[in-house]
Amino acid sequence: MSIAGKNIDSIRADFPILNLQVSGKPLVYLDNAASSQMPQQVIDRIVRYQKAEHSNIHRAVHYLSELATREFEEARVKVQHFLKAKESREIIFTRGTTEAINLVMHGYGRSFIGKGDEIILSGLEHHANIVPWQMLAEEKGAVIRVIPMNDQGELLIAEFEALFNEKTKFLALTHVSNALGTINPVKEMVAFAHSKGVPVLLDGAQAAPHQAIDVQDLDCDFYAFSGHKMCGPTGIGVLYGKAQLLEKMQPFMGGGDMILSVTFEKTSYNVIPAKFEAGTPPIMAAIALGTAIDYLNGIGLDNIAACEHELLAYATKRVSAIPGVRIIGTAAKKAAVLSFEIDGVHPHDVGTILNADGIAIRTGHHCAQPVMQRFHVPATARASFAFYNTEEEIDKLVEGIRKVQEMFS
Amino acid sequence: MSDMRQLYQEVILDHNRKPRNWGAIADANRHAEGHNPLCGDHIKLSMNVLNDKIDAIAFEGHGCAICKASSSMMTSAVKGKTVREAEMMVEEFRGMTTGTLNPETRENHLGRLKVFAGVKDLPSRVKCAILPWHTLHAALTSVVSVSTEGEADPIPGSEIGGQ
Ligand SMILES: Cc1ncc(COP(=O)(O)O)c(C=O)c1O
Repeated sequence: MSIAGKNIDSIRADFPILNLQVSGKPLVYLDNAASSQMPQQVIDRIVRYQKAEHSNIHRAVHYLSELATREFEEARVKVQHFLKAKESREIIFTRGTTEAINLVMHGYGRSFIGKGDEIILSGLEHHANIVPWQMLAEEKGAVIRVIPMNDQGELLIAEFEALFNEKTKFLALTHVSNALGTINPVKEMVAFAHSKGVPVLLDGAQAAPHQAIDVQDLDCDFYAFSGHKMCGPTGIGVLYGKAQLLEKMQPFMGGGDMILSVTFEKTSYNVIPAKFEAGTPPIMAAIALGTAIDYLNGIGLDNIAACEHELLAYATKRVSAIPGVRIIGTAAKKAAVLSFEIDGVHPHDVGTILNADGIAIRTGHHCAQPVMQRFHVPATARASFAFYNTEEEIDKLVEGIRKVQEMFS
Repeated sequence: MSDMRQLYQEVILDHNRKPRNWGAIADANRHAEGHNPLCGDHIKLSMNVLNDKIDAIAFEGHGCAICKASSSMMTSAVKGKTVREAEMMVEEFRGMTTGTLNPETRENHLGRLKVFAGVKDLPSRVKCAILPWHTLHAALTSVVSVSTEGEADPIPGSEIGGQ
C-alpha cells in the first residue's frame, strides 16, 4: 500500500507510538476519531519550541517573546490557509471544538438569540454541539429543533427544510458524524439556511483531519475543529468565523490580551482575533498544530481522504461479511468510521477482549446519546481509521471479532 | 491481564447467557436502580427482607457480560443471608475488585464470586462488576437510584456494615 507515492511503512515510521506493544501484541490503533497519533515531526517541533523559543507572546520586546509571537501568528496563517479562510484574523485559537462552540454560544447566541427563537441541530450531533445550545435555550427561553435521519444515518433534507420558519435564528450542524461517519451535505444545507437568513456553525471535528476544507466555498459562518484529532496536540482547537460576525459578537472571556484599554469605569475590547483570546493561549500547542497541518499537507488531504476511503471500504466489506455482526451507520457518503454491534455481546466486552490483542477501539455512546437512542442501542463498538492504518490491521480486527464471537457462543 | 479466559470464565459466560433470579419481586419491600450512563449498564434490583434476612431477590436490566454475570451471581450468593452478612459481602467484593483485599490470602465469604478477582486489572471494567453490589447496598439502605460511573471505588466511605 502507498499514499501519494509514499510507502505506507515510511508513513508509519513517522509515528513512534505505532511501534508500541500492548498486552504483548503490536498496537493496532483504531480509535482515531477520538484522538489521532502524533508524528515525529510534530513531536520535534514541540521539543524545539520548548528548548529554544518559549516565552509569553504579544507582551515583551525581548528576543524570545518576539520569536514566540511570530511563530504563533504564523501558525494562525497556516490554519487560515488550511481552511481557505479569507483573512487570518478570522482564525481564533481555542482549547478545542468544545470551547469553540461554547464561544459562539456565548459570543453570538446570547446576543442574537432570544425568547421563542429556534435553534436547529441535527440528530447526529456530538454532545459538544448539543449541550451549549440547550444551556442557551434554557437561559433565553429559546427552542431546539432537531433534524431527523433515516435508518442509514443520513439526515432527511426535506424534513430539514421544513423546520425553518420566521423564528429560526441559528443552525448548528456537524460536518461529519463521529458516531456513524455520515458526511452531511453541508454546502447545500448552509445555502438553504442562508436563503432563510439563518447563520450556520459547522462542527468540523471529524471532517478537518480527513478531507480538504474550504470555508469560503462552504460559505459557513463558523467552523470549529480540534488539533488532537489531526496529528496535533491536545489543548488546541480553532474557531473560524466570518470577520463581520466576529466583530459584532461579545467577548467570551475577559482578561489580558483581549482589551485595548482598561480603567475601572470602562474597558474597550481589542480587535479580532485578540478579542476572543483572553489570557495566555496554548502557544506551544498552536505552533505544533501548524506543524501538524504542514505534515498533513505534505501527504495531501485529498490523498488522505482517498486512502481512508479505501480502508473504510475494505473494513466494511470484511466486517459485514461476518454473520452476527451489524454495521450501524451505512450512509452513502461516509468518513472512515465503522460502528458495529455483535449479536448477544455488549460493546464493552468486545472492547476489553480486543484490547487483550492490542487492538484499540472505542466502545460506548461516543458522546452522541441521541444517535444511540435513534438506533435503539445502549452503545456501539467503533473502529475509526487514519491514513497510517493498514488492511492487515483491519484483518486483525476481523480476527478479534471472530474470537469474541467464539468466546460468547 | 492479557488472557481473556481468566476474566471471561465459563461461569461468567454462563450467568451472562442465563442470568439467575431474573425478573422483579412483585411485593418487594426493598428496591433500587443502578446505572452507569457512560457504558449503558442499567439494573433494577428488588428484594424482600423479612426478619432481617434477604428472603427473596431478583434483578432485571441490561448491561455487559461482567455486569450481568455479577448481578446474577450476587443474587444467588446473598439470598438467605442476613442484612449484615450481605453488607459484609458488599465490602469484601468491593475490596477484591479494587485490589485492597486479596481473596487468596485473607479470610472472606466470597466463595464462587472470586471469579471476578481479575477485573481489578481492568480499571475501566471495575464499575461494571461492582454496580450490582452498589445497588444492593443502596436497596438495603433505601437509596433508590445509584451510579458507579467514573469511580474506581464507587462506594463512598467504608462504614457500610454499620448502617
Ligand atoms: C463531532 C465532534 N464534535 C466535537 C467533539 C469535541 O471535541 P473536543 O473534545 O476536542 O473539544 C468531538 C470529539 O470527540 C467530535 O467528534
